[in-house]
Amino acid sequence: MPLLKNGEIAEDPYTRVDGDGALPAAGAVLVDLARWHAERDALIARDADVGVCLASSEAPASIVEDLPHLALVALEFPAFTDGRAYSSARLLRERHGYRGEIRAVGDVLIEQLHFMDRAGFSSFEFSSDQPAEDWVTAQSDMKIWYQPTGDERPTATQLRRR
Amino acid sequence: MYKYDEFDAEFVNQRALQFGRQVESRLSGKLSEDQFRPLRLMNGLYLQLHAYMLRINVPYGCLNSTQMRKLAHIARVYDKDYGHLTTRQNMQFNWIKLADMPEILLELASVEMHGIQSSGNCIRNITADEYAGVAAEEIEDPRVYCELLRQWSSLHPEFSFLPRKFKIAVTGAAKDRAAVKAHDIGLRLHRNENGEEGFEVFVGGGLGRTPFIGKSIRAFLPTRHVLSYCEAILRVYNQLGRRDNKYKARIKILVHEMGAEPFTELVEKEWAEISAGALQVPEAELERVRAFFAPPAYEDLPEANSDFDTRLENDPAFATWAGQQLAGHKQPGYAIVNISCSPVGKPPGDISSAQMDAVADLADTYNFGEMRVTHNQNLVFTDVRKNDLFALWQELVRIGLATSNHGLISDTICCPGLDFCALATARSIPVAEKLSQRFADQARQEEIGEIYLNMSGCINACGHHHVGNIGIVGVDKKNSELYQLMLGGSAEEDASLGKILGPGFDEDGIVDAVENVVGTYLELRDESERFIDTYRRIGPGPFKERLYRAPA
Repeated sequence: MPLLKNGEIAEDPYTRVDGDGALPAAGAVLVDLARWHAERDALIARDADVGVCLASSEAPASIVEDLPHLALVALEFPAFTDGRAYSSARLLRERHGYRGEIRAVGDVLIEQLHFMDRAGFSSFEFSSDQPAEDWVTAQSDMKIWYQPTGDERPTATQLRRR
Repeated sequence: MYKYDEFDAEFVNQRALQFGRQVESRLSGKLSEDQFRPLRLMNGLYLQLHAYMLRINVPYGCLNSTQMRKLAHIARVYDKDYGHLTTRQNMQFNWIKLADMPEILLELASVEMHGIQSSGNCIRNITADEYAGVAAEEIEDPRVYCELLRQWSSLHPEFSFLPRKFKIAVTGAAKDRAAVKAHDIGLRLHRNENGEEGFEVFVGGGLGRTPFIGKSIRAFLPTRHVLSYCEAILRVYNQLGRRDNKYKARIKILVHEMGAEPFTELVEKEWAEISAGALQVPEAELERVRAFFAPPAYEDLPEANSDFDTRLENDPAFATWAGQQLAGHKQPGYAIVNISCSPVGKPPGDISSAQMDAVADLADTYNFGEMRVTHNQNLVFTDVRKNDLFALWQELVRIGLATSNHGLISDTICCPGLDFCALATARSIPVAEKLSQRFADQARQEEIGEIYLNMSGCINACGHHHVGNIGIVGVDKKNSELYQLMLGGSAEEDASLGKILGPGFDEDGIVDAVENVVGTYLELRDESERFIDTYRRIGPGPFKERLYRAPA
């Protein structure tokens, strides 16, 4: 699947391992929360980046202690209408101080990009039937914001006082 | 009223252009209806039974004459020459063509208007007391906080995909004209024992299929924390609100299933984390926003006006209108004027483009160029000199907006119903029209006095039937429309939910049933007792007994 990361279309270095499927011999892996809990130490010992994917019903509180070991947290949108991951992303960034990659996966639509971007997501996995160039240009759709979030981009209220 | 600066203007413009591109993608087939649906909903565009419906936000009901003329223009050019005032103080157009949307949004943006978040599962238009700024005994103008909330909630990065829609109302006066206890969040300004200003916070009110009166979860919230406290409530709701069943997804269900106390604990815990953060409203920002709502340049006038008094004595029709439509003003020599948009035999809240233009002109001449939309689907001029009332009334008579039914039985709240709405199970407007015709006699309406009659065409309750003193809800029973009658609801500070009285009626039967109920009230009321007070005193028994007893 195409990936937008740091503002451009990028290769995905992670291998997604579903459930208790086999781990690749080497390289970064993305596992689900159950797998992480079951094989935490072995995954850390593996000499490669590891990421955890949280379902929308799984709260970030379930991995807070483990964040120093995680290079990636993927947050799933089972449907674009399920907005729980926006709160999860903000909590990871603003409450728990997570600085690694937060990736949007699942039903990720271009219209959500500016919301996700401000909530703290830093990469976006989108369906290959969407033109990649649209994703790059959509990043500049919105320039004015009213809400302060953890990204510390100035809000309209702050700009007014300059 | 609030005026956009460069940032607000840019915000709305960028959104209008973005949606313009999305519409083009839809028209060219690049986007399917399924993919386009969430995009159009976020810009206020619904697909109704016969056409697209566009709902345009009127922030907390405040409009200036330029905006009203623009709405008239849109009605004339892009719709069937009329618009409809909604119970969320908005304006909607029922016959919009998709291809016209990009142009319409740019037209709206040019007068500081838009349809952002007028639909979808997000924070909707914030509503307020229609007498804000001029209400007697007001603590502070609630529009100041509505504007702060409007900006905070506009395309909120975290709360744009909530379990369900979310409605916030604010009142600054003890008399509740904003129905704050019937909202997801209701905010009531008051002073604590130290004389400080703050909000009582209600959560989990709402109508629909499962109506609830909002629960007070905080007695006193300092005003500078209004945004952070709302953010805490929304964050708890966004994470925990039900997403498995859209009929159980509103915050009222979460509060009910969880219990108000555990819910409050979660909110307080979340708020403790963020209350000292960037959402605190700086005093300078409060002052900036307050300045927009400063009182207009009133003249120094005596309270009494001899011309007004003479007209009252000599012109009975004017006296009738003045007696019903005017409210006291805090500034001597001025009055608040309620303009009824529910004339006898017409759909409540409908207004033609010619009326919109005329009202805009009248606002310029008599009301500092501004007006308000009320949740009862009417208009208000808040600042009219008593000396001008007679002239204003004559003009209103000329344009068909001088009906004298404010707070009376024919001033109904009514949803669009099966004639327009894809959700409705019964027609509502034709029944509301029959009812208003039945009670058209002015003297009789006045004799009956204050009654709020609310009507919806289905259980989703857009016509607020649960909080009408008399509520009517249309249902579909074995392929025929059936109307149920409920009594005892109120949306005010003494909020209560109506109860169904008994078996339903057909279209003509419901009109007779309302008349029967009103007859019982007239017979059993204590002198000058309001309908709702009589009902609360004697209960449903006598009404039920007289309505359903077998004909002799």
